[in-house]
Amino acid sequence: MTAPPAIEVRGTLRMDGRDLFRDLDLRIAPGEWTCLLGPSGVGKSTILRLILGLETGGTFDGSVTASDGQALEGRCGYMAQEDLLLPWRDVRGNVGLGASLRGVPVDAAKVDALIARVGLSEHADKTPRALSGGMRQRVALARTLMEDRPVVLLDEPFSALDARTRADMQELAADVLKGRTVLLVTHDPAEAIRLGHHVHVLTQAGLSGWPVPEADPVRDVQAAETQRAQADLLAHLRAIAT
Amino acid sequence: MRRLDLLLALGVGLAIWQALVWITGAPHYILPSPWRVAQAAWSSREIIAENAWVTALEVALGLVLGTVLGLVTAVQLMMSKTAERVMLPILVFTQAVPVFALAPILTLWFGYGIASKIVMAILIIYFPVTAAVFDGLRATPAGVVDLGRVMGAGKWRELWVLRLPHALPSMGTGLRLAAVYAPIGAVIGEWVGASKGLGYLMLLANGRAKIDLMFAALITLAVLTVLLHWAVGIFARRLEAFARGG
Ligand SMILES: Nc1ncnc2c1ncn2[C@@H]1O[C@H](COP(=O)(O)OP(=O)(O)OP(=O)(O)O)[C@@H](O)[C@H]1O
Ligand SMILES: [Mg+2]
Repeated sequence: MTAPPAIEVRGTLRMDGRDLFRDLDLRIAPGEWTCLLGPSGVGKSTILRLILGLETGGTFDGSVTASDGQALEGRCGYMAQEDLLLPWRDVRGNVGLGASLRGVPVDAAKVDALIARVGLSEHADKTPRALSGGMRQRVALARTLMEDRPVVLLDEPFSALDARTRADMQELAADVLKGRTVLLVTHDPAEAIRLGHHVHVLTQAGLSGWPVPEADPVRDVQAAETQRAQADLLAHLRAIAT
Repeated sequence: MRRLDLLLALGVGLAIWQALVWITGAPHYILPSPWRVAQAAWSSREIIAENAWVTALEVALGLVLGTVLGLVTAVQLMMSKTAERVMLPILVFTQAVPVFALAPILTLWFGYGIASKIVMAILIIYFPVTAAVFDGLRATPAGVVDLGRVMGAGKWRELWVLRLPHALPSMGTGLRLAAVYAPIGAVIGEWVGASKGLGYLMLLANGRAKIDLMFAALITLAVLTVLLHWAVGIFARRLEAFARGG
């Protein structure tokens, strides 16, 4: 893995004859977690798709650049709210999917090591339908790690999980993705404050930064400082919604 | 349980048939009794088997070739925008022509042998199979396709690793339809012009007023068709089970 770059997304995106966002300037810090919040439909996933180089359904006038000046294509990993596992492949097959998609031999030892890392060694031969939602999302995480990309884009990857599984997954993801440039789109202020080195809130009016507690993520949810920041951010999100 | 149901249905069917013979008092050259037909089937077993074999061969070859052609076409439609733009309207238009109406022409072009019947079966199942597979290929979840692109998949790998497995259940659906249509196509082909096959045998028996033999041939055809549905059903269920992970 090369040194994770910073990323900058600047520009205006037109969708269905209106500006989804105008003169956006989103800076994503290198090797850290940046969390992006905002009302539904404001364009968070669209920003993520821009960085990934995927079709957005609109026209983008602007630029997506990496601080090292190299192209981002092939350097980003992606995890969504749905696990996007292939039902006909077992856990190993899903974790090693990237190799099949590029037509190169899969590194079986690495696959098994990553399955162990996410705690699924006993389930390596099972197909996704035999796994719980939390386990499936861990497979998706192992699949993302297998790609070993310096930039990882996460679109609400924990939102469909129950509270306990979500907390476990957040810690696991923070641990295994440490040192990469991560953009996490989320609706959950508690999650953003817990995981983000930086937090941004996107509204129709534009993008604004939000202060985070001093402590390094993953932050202690018991700490008064964390809880106050979570409450403040929640209040802010509710205020901008009205 | 299902086997018992089957036997029961068979028993009821035969009883109704026999009852019809008694009630209507129809002469045996109009409506032969089950027993007469069984006798005819037994005494003509060789000629029935010979012709059933021909029809089965036509249907099987038509099914396999039609499926392969449908698959290839669906993949082409998927992989090339031009193919989709040009071929899809043509395909839909040709569906407006009743394939049965083509039977005489096919016989003219491909002769009285099995070739014209196979072509007939192929033509009938080609569209349903193509449409079903194409639908399945296209319906691959967008998120999965996006993930594939992010991971660096080319178009053909995307097709092979992501889309084709996803399309297997739809292909099963197409095959089930094909199993219904293929025997119809083959038999109509035989009616229009043939020297072998169950359709031919039915016409022959009819012409010689051997109605019991005609019924025997008809029942053989029905049994063949049921067997085909059963086999294709097993295959389709396997495709479905594979695609959902066992
Ligand atoms: N392919 C597309 N074609 C047309 N419009 C689209 C397309 N994709 C998204 N949109 C529209 O663009 C807007 C932004 O969508 P986006 O998915 O980026 O929002 P989001 O902030 O991620 O919302 P959510 O929090 O609900 O996920 C929405 O109004 C959506 O309807
Ligand atoms: Mg979204």
